[in-house]
Amino acid sequence: MTDNAWIGAALAAARPQAVSALLRYFRQLDTAEEAFQEACLRAIRTWPDKGPPRDPIAWLIFVGRNSGVDAIRKSRRNVALPPEDLLSDLDDAEADMAERLDGEHYRDDILRLLFICCHPDLPANQQIALALRIVAGVPTAQIARAFLVRETAMEQRITRAKARIAANDTPFDPPDAVARQERLGTVALMLYLVFNEGYSRGHADPAAAQLCDEAIRLTRLLLQLFPAEPEIMGLCALMLLQHSRSPARTDANGQIVLLDAQDRTMWSRPMIAEGLALVDKALRHGTPGAYQVQAAIAAQHARALRAEGTDWAAIDHLYQILEVIQPSPVITLNRAVAVSKSRGPAAALALIAPLADQLDNYFHFHGVRGGLLRQLGNAAAARIAFNRAIALANSPAEAAHIRTHLDALSAPALPDPTAAAK
Amino acid sequence: MQYAILCYNDENAVASWTKEEDDACMARLAKVQGDMAAKGKMGPVARLLPTTSATTLRKSATGSMVIDGPFAETKEQFLGFYVVEADTLDEAIAFAKDLAVANPGIGAYELRPVSLFFPHTITAGSGAT
Repeated sequence: MTDNAWIGAALAAARPQAVSALLRYFRQLDTAEEAFQEACLRAIRTWPDKGPPRDPIAWLIFVGRNSGVDAIRKSRRNVALPPEDLLSDLDDAEADMAERLDGEHYRDDILRLLFICCHPDLPANQQIALALRIVAGVPTAQIARAFLVRETAMEQRITRAKARIAANDTPFDPPDAVARQERLGTVALMLYLVFNEGYSRGHADPAAAQLCDEAIRLTRLLLQLFPAEPEIMGLCALMLLQHSRSPARTDANGQIVLLDAQDRTMWSRPMIAEGLALVDKALRHGTPGAYQVQAAIAAQHARALRAEGTDWAAIDHLYQILEVIQPSPVITLNRAVAVSKSRGPAAALALIAPLADQLDNYFHFHGVRGGLLRQLGNAAAARIAFNRAIALANSPAEAAHIRTHLDALSAPALPDPTAAAK
Repeated sequence: MQYAILCYNDENAVASWTKEEDDACMARLAKVQGDMAAKGKMGPVARLLPTTSATTLRKSATGSMVIDGPFAETKEQFLGFYVVEADTLDEAIAFAKDLAVANPGIGAYELRPVSLFFPHTITAGSGAT
């Protein structure tokens, strides 16, 4: 890595803390972002000669704050300046600056920056785009590629989202314990959406796959700020354990490889080690939550060195806990897969029978149902279910995968030829 | 004489390296390690996962307590480390508790999962006793 690449990494790492602290000073997103940009430019000019400062984040905030104030003065517009007490100490020494940037401030600053990206008026994909742009600092062009839109379209989307936020009162008072917990929950969900956006399309699209890395980076940051929150541990673990399988999720032809068939030696061991440690840490708290239980399920898969070694009974049990915490037909459907492995396809089919109305338009429901019917030897019904799944497939890869099941149905000799003709 | 060389850096900056940058750095480090190993002077090497995955067993006069997060107490110094195989965090904590009992006084043990481990063996020199 060259010196400049090192500086780039340091600036990227400092961004969430620096921008969120600058937002607290200037109370305006655009000004905070511009001030950070200016500080970065000065860092790129001066760090290679003088060497990096001892505390790069404090340096960037200090320099950014000064340049932001200069910009406001020069603009001579009728911009209301922030309260005098926030500006009066501009000439303070850097040491004092660093002292003021205690952990408590960082925590609420960064949480606030993430939280305003989750404004309820914004649709989910705008929340995600905004968080990636503002907090993670992902270039607009890269976000556009990840979302399969043109850069100008993404630029407009982000500008509109920012205007929406600016029109609202950003809550600058330090939140109380209850409000902080609520913000944390909202932000966690948004980060989970960022991850899912990457995970659901990443197997076919490297640009989307990068969203997973960004989501993990931001979740680790959140966990540094809230190191004793079991649900944030669970969320971080869930992302890491799922992402650890990415190299094994597609074959050389881009076809999906199911969990059972994946080459587990391709799974990322460091991600699994980190994920398992976080799951164990979280569960010691004895306050289960949806992310923790989902992470515990992913951990069961990660711990099995071979698919046959999977503890399906434990996974069934964890899904039952999840059904209580977060009742949903999709969770029951997932539990049915575990039940089919531990208690057989008939028990699983009975479990999902009541879901037929609710999940009639859901690809995975028909895919799972077809698989269970096939295991029970009911090829005709399996064929109908698989055809329905293909009609509902979300991607060509999903459809192609179900088609391989259909082909397999025709291959073996059927016990009753008349059944196939129906 | 054997030296333990403890590595410190900004983990957020390291985590923001791209995979290519990380791989390139690891390749350069492997070269440096290889040179030492060829001389029989390379001991075990471990790369640790982020501090967010750490757990700390804090000792006191009356017993020990498990807390989340890394150990950060500047008045105590890094005095040594173990690398052990443990199936679960609980197993690792049980080991640390045994160490805590065997070791007098107060202090703390930080339990961090390992990302990479190379168990080279030193053959040169007399070694520490």
